Amino acid sequence: MEAAPRNAEGMRSIAYSGTAADRKTNAALHKQLKTFVLHLIVTIKIMTDKKISYLPDFTLSPRIDQVGIEERAARITKRSIKKETKVNGLLLTLNMIDLTTLEGKDTEGKVKQLCYKAMHLMDVYEGLPTVAAVCVYPSMVKTAKKALEGSGIKVASVATAFPSGQAPQSVKISDTKYAVQQGADEIDMVISRGKFLEGEYNFVFDEIAAIKEACGEARLKVILETGELVTYDKVRRASDIAMYAGADFIKTSTGKISPAATLPVTLVMLQAIRDFYYKTGKMIGMKPAGGISKSKLALHYLVMLNEILGEDWMNNKWFRFGASSLANDVLMQLMKEKTGIYQGKDYFSID
Amino acid sequence: MATKNNTLKLKFDSARKYAPAPESKAAAKIDAKYDLFINGKFEKPLSKKYFATTNPANEEKLADVAEANAADVDKAVKAARNAYEKTWKKMPAKERAKYIYRIARVMQERARELAVIETLDGGKPIRESRDFDVPTAANHFFYYAGWADKLAYAFPNRNAHPLGVAGQIIPWNFPLLMAAWKIAPALATGNTVVLKPAETTPLTALKLAQIIQEADLPPGVVNIITGAGATGAAIVNHPDINKIAFTGSTDVGKIIQKAIAGTAKKATLELGGKAANIIFEDAPIDQAVEGVINGIFFNQGHVCCAGSRLYVQESVFKEVYRKLKDRLATLIVGDPLDKNTDIGAINSKQQLDTIHKYLKIGLKEGAEMYEAPCELPKKGFYCRPTIFTNVAQSSRIAQEEIFGPVLTIQTFRTDDEVLEKANNTPYGLSAGVWTDKGSKIFNMTTRLRAGVVWANTFNQFDPTSPFGGYKESGYGREGGLHGLNAYVNLV
Repeated sequence: MEAAPRNAEGMRSIAYSGTAADRKTNAALHKQLKTFVLHLIVTIKIMTDKKISYLPDFTLSPRIDQVGIEERAARITKRSIKKETKVNGLLLTLNMIDLTTLEGKDTEGKVKQLCYKAMHLMDVYEGLPTVAAVCVYPSMVKTAKKALEGSGIKVASVATAFPSGQAPQSVKISDTKYAVQQGADEIDMVISRGKFLEGEYNFVFDEIAAIKEACGEARLKVILETGELVTYDKVRRASDIAMYAGADFIKTSTGKISPAATLPVTLVMLQAIRDFYYKTGKMIGMKPAGGISKSKLALHYLVMLNEILGEDWMNNKWFRFGASSLANDVLMQLMKEKTGIYQGKDYFSID
Repeated sequence: MATKNNTLKLKFDSARKYAPAPESKAAAKIDAKYDLFINGKFEKPLSKKYFATTNPANEEKLADVAEANAADVDKAVKAARNAYEKTWKKMPAKERAKYIYRIARVMQERARELAVIETLDGGKPIRESRDFDVPTAANHFFYYAGWADKLAYAFPNRNAHPLGVAGQIIPWNFPLLMAAWKIAPALATGNTVVLKPAETTPLTALKLAQIIQEADLPPGVVNIITGAGATGAAIVNHPDINKIAFTGSTDVGKIIQKAIAGTAKKATLELGGKAANIIFEDAPIDQAVEGVINGIFFNQGHVCCAGSRLYVQESVFKEVYRKLKDRLATLIVGDPLDKNTDIGAINSKQQLDTIHKYLKIGLKEGAEMYEAPCELPKKGFYCRPTIFTNVAQSSRIAQEEIFGPVLTIQTFRTDDEVLEKANNTPYGLSAGVWTDKGSKIFNMTTRLRAGVVWANTFNQFDPTSPFGGYKESGYGREGGLHGLNAYVNLV
């Protein structure tokens, strides 16, 4: 287990406590002991909740060969998706979208319009599915929840000092709790990338576990912000930490950092999900987000999902696209399949 | 302890059921009948005989092709000799290069047509002929065109003289690419050529003949004649041939070696293989699994350097095997012209019979056979990708070249053990090593006796890289600087 170094510190604090040591040091050491015990409790709770009987050493997460993973991702793009497979894929894509607005200038008006679009993607095309969810900031959750009432569309809220995550844990927890209280069905949290890059994997793990607890019934998506982790090895390690700490979904990016989602990064994460499933029997969802604005690319992602995790994951319970402009391109392609001609972009509403 | 999840299984049935996405046959213009390409013209065979070439994917006839006899071979060799003495040998090297560049460019322009014909005639998936065979073949011409006027730098302080007329016999697994491997360095060094493609796959070589005509290469510099074993023997035994370049089976390689013993003919032989692909426990497992798939199922396993013997360290065997089976479940076997096909048709009925023979041998030897759960087309020659476990070094399926989509897996415990087993074969064409540890890569690659050793990848080819074997995998190198050496006398 990961707690070894802290354990040593903790034991030392007990040994010193009987001496006439500096009170300040003593207090600090006690705090460390407390953190350790807390970590232990969280870990045990997670292990019993999920019937995971041990936690792996995350420093030993599988290594990823960069050339190999990029070649595999490129080969997936060679699949040629035509005719009914294409139409089905496009409809599924629509149904998997987390329609997103995450701007400083978001207002209730903007969110209401987006929610209407989520429910009525294109009324002239009969039988279209709705999107999976609308994704907003916590302050907009209430508005979205009300606007989407009865539609079956979920409200997802980013939380935990999105997008940087640079805030104390207490702030992150209250941010999360607020979003849940406002009615969020799903929480998209960010991990502390700084701590992760410092090698403080316990910190990252505990934080995710704490947020998961604060989520209650809401499903937790954990954003790794892969563009800041840079290497595939780190993406894999962060995926493993998130899943073992209680993530329901792992998600690539906030959309605020470039590069956002890429096919190879998504492949690394899907393989991590598969390995976790084989180890624990628990399914985890995947959400690539940011930079997916064209239907063709979305279909590549679906082919990848289909060939790495298989049919059980091919629905919006287990896969989402975080996107704001993808829907219209998909609608354009669907209309093309139906009518045989491309229509101008002014025939597709912007909300 | 870990939760027991041995029953967990991912479902991939839909992954093999994409709507058809066939490449259009209209891109390929195939004549009803092909004559012999001798002295810059297509000429009727003196033998007056023709044979049919068929599409292995549906067993339909594609064209009739001339069968060259000894008299035709003699005619071709005379044309080549004449062109060598009167034109090609004397031509300034930079002029030779221009012709070779021109061939490369026309190949690129007609890439789509070449790819479709390669797939129709040989059964390989269009994805491979489009993305690998044709572009790599063109690259070989580009690469050697560059060397033509720089031979003084390839062989410093020596004079590189051409050998004369090269007789070249190529196999059916990479028809166009092998033609390029053989012709390009021969031309660059100032030799002339008589080339014979395999009897089951002559069409792209004949298309190449048309391209050579279009490129206006002086008549007789490249002659392409078709036929089977007897035609090949006539080339090998022709007294006016200076060099034999052969790619094919070890058995035929031995016959050639005997036939040219005592003559002044030089030879390069690129023969069979039974490559070891080794996965260590610290390897990036998912990429290794993908490398194994590429290693053995590329071109239906009709690859002399295919990674047909997989060695997996025991501690990761279960994981590797499970992931291999998952990957096998997503492989699409079927119409080679479909862009989604991963594994096309077996090249011929004869080869399919050979593969089936080995599957039976494997079962008889007590190995456990796992076949991919895919459906095969009713017509044509197809074989499911197959994995054998519970295999020993003494099993015939682990010793003999099967030349099909059949993988054997053996486990090992230590580095020395696997090294010994990997080298314990009469072949030595290629090998693969998968580990995250750099020092282990160098330790293994220097001790594996194989012409090519890939680290954390497999079946990568480039014109700049030499290729060739140890032991019964042949001798001589093709490709790269080394490839020039096989076509020159250094004085």
